[in-house]
Amino acid sequence: MSRLDEVFAKTRAEGRAALIGYLPAGYPTVAESIELLGAMADGGCDVVEVGLPYSDPVMDGPTIQAASVTALDAGFRVRQVFDVVSELARRQVPAVVMTYWNPVHHYGVAAFAKDLAAAGGLGIVTPDLIPDEAADWLAASRDTGMDRIFLVAPSSTEERLALTTSAASGFVYATAVMGVTGARDAVGVDAADLVRRTRAHTELPIGVGLGVRDGAQAATVAGFADAVIVGSAFVAAAERGGVTAVRELASELAEGVRNPA
Amino acid sequence: MMGRVDDEREAVTESDMPESDMPKSGKNRHDPDENGRFGPYGGRFMPEALIAALDELSTAYDKARLDPEFTGELDRLLREYAGRPSLLTEAPRFAEHAGGATILLKREDLNHTGSHKINNVLGQALLTKRMGKKRVIAETGAGQHGVASATACALLGLECVVYMGEVDTERQALNVARMRLLGAEVIPVRTGSRTLKDAINEALRDWVANVEDSHYLLGTAAGAHPFPVMVRNLHKVIGEEAHQQTLERLGRLPDAVVACVGGGSNAIGVFHGFLDDPNVRLIGIEPGGKGLDSGEHGATLSEGTPGLLHGALSYLLQDEDGQTIEAYSISAGLDYPGVGPEHSWLKDTGRAEYRAATDAEAMEAFQLLSRTEGIIPAIESAHALAGARTLGQELGPDAVILVNLSGRGDKDVDTAARWFGLVSEENLG
Repeated sequence: MSRLDEVFAKTRAEGRAALIGYLPAGYPTVAESIELLGAMADGGCDVVEVGLPYSDPVMDGPTIQAASVTALDAGFRVRQVFDVVSELARRQVPAVVMTYWNPVHHYGVAAFAKDLAAAGGLGIVTPDLIPDEAADWLAASRDTGMDRIFLVAPSSTEERLALTTSAASGFVYATAVMGVTGARDAVGVDAADLVRRTRAHTELPIGVGLGVRDGAQAATVAGFADAVIVGSAFVAAAERGGVTAVRELASELAEGVRNPA
Repeated sequence: MMGRVDDEREAVTESDMPESDMPKSGKNRHDPDENGRFGPYGGRFMPEALIAALDELSTAYDKARLDPEFTGELDRLLREYAGRPSLLTEAPRFAEHAGGATILLKREDLNHTGSHKINNVLGQALLTKRMGKKRVIAETGAGQHGVASATACALLGLECVVYMGEVDTERQALNVARMRLLGAEVIPVRTGSRTLKDAINEALRDWVANVEDSHYLLGTAAGAHPFPVMVRNLHKVIGEEAHQQTLERLGRLPDAVVACVGGGSNAIGVFHGFLDDPNVRLIGIEPGGKGLDSGEHGATLSEGTPGLLHGALSYLLQDEDGQTIEAYSISAGLDYPGVGPEHSWLKDTGRAEYRAATDAEAMEAFQLLSRTEGIIPAIESAHALAGARTLGQELGPDAVILVNLSGRGDKDVDTAARWFGLVSEENLG
């Protein structure tokens, strides 16, 4: 049983969805990003996603793009993601890394998995890596016990849902809408349908991300998914009001996942 | 455009093809494997959300390339609309400055819209209609691909949105106007380096959100499978014509084929006419910018290392953390930090060679061709001309060098006027 399995066993026992929050490492600085990620957990996130800032984030909208630029301009280096994860692990915060694949490919897939495991990380969310291209990551994750969180999308065929869920572990990341990250007024109706279709292929928990920004939306998504994933709204909160705003948003969302619509 | 000569050549190569690659599938031994890999390069490092669209595109393209209705319509458009076959022009006065070698220019600059880009856009725009999509997304650097896309969309009644880095919209303001005249929407991209790489990022973001009714008409032989093989096949006509024309003109093949390489579409197109002729050297010229030692260049194959960008594993300009390095070139069409995956494979196998020409060398060749032959080349193509000059001096007067003149230079007159100080600064925009 992986540590993520334990998290989901706990939230299932409590009869609720898990709350997963995303913020980039190194935003606005490495030290401050640790405090912001810690505040998400303090406010009620069950798992944090530590983003690895990348020069070409094609799946991200303007909010996360801008945060990535800020982090890179401040001199963020890839190896610092392990410092961030390590400090979160010391604080007992379950953390996964979300990263585009080239920085991992360049670091060395096996070495990255090994260093992430050593830092106390639980797995990697891979927005631009599909299982078809992931032979080395499948091997490295098995060797190190890291979870493989692949994405499914409303456009995924049944065949691809079967392939992707069978390669995944920890949880499956369902992208609620066809589009990039960013807070939206409404989370697509596609989301519930995608969760239903995905569930037919796997026992793994299914998290829904892309567009969730407030407690009411979190409650809606918690009504049909096993986890609610929030990113851009946390970045906007961090920008607006730092640690306090991040903790408050996490509390509001945590309330939402405990009162599903 | 398969002439008699090509048919003979095919007959030779087919004998060493495995059964499964026989032409009944429309494929040949230079095609990538079923995962879109040329050796280790290529693949699909893309968001899952786009995989269905890439599969749909692969299926549609594999059917279309064997469907006489599609290939017939494309051939007709290339002939009656784009002006193919393009001419082969000898450049004797230019050749005096290239070691006295025989220099042949493949005149893609004479195609409609002024570059080789029309070959690819006509094919992909026809395919868009075949897939029942109504909207085309394109990126552009210099504006050549954007103009070509806008043109094909106007011709075929498709909606067209072109993403263009803000820096490039300034460098190539006239092309922005051309695209808008043709009915396209041009969206300046203000993220990252605000050039071609970022325009592709933004086009991909649009595609993820609108994949249902939109086709991403990628302008170079890069990106995720099937783009590299599809774009290459649509440009193969350049090399096939040049092969036949050179034989007819000189009774022999050239010693070398030279083309500029940014993403690499014109080069891969012309190279493919000669890939099975081992005595013909294939030489790609990358943008050397201010010199390879300056760090300000776009010489991906010369200076890069394998990595992932825009969906494929290929050579890449990246830093020690795998962050993409912004490329630089005086040419807006060449300053791309990635390159098509097949070029990476041709480099590693040694079948093709890659060199660089600096801004200064390219601009010297730009002026030289203008003054010796009355042909103003695109600055992109001027890099190939600069490479041909060096090569001519190496090979001497008996050599025959075919240069792919991928585009015309009208769009670059403003840049040239500044470079050479041809008009006073206040008269420039």
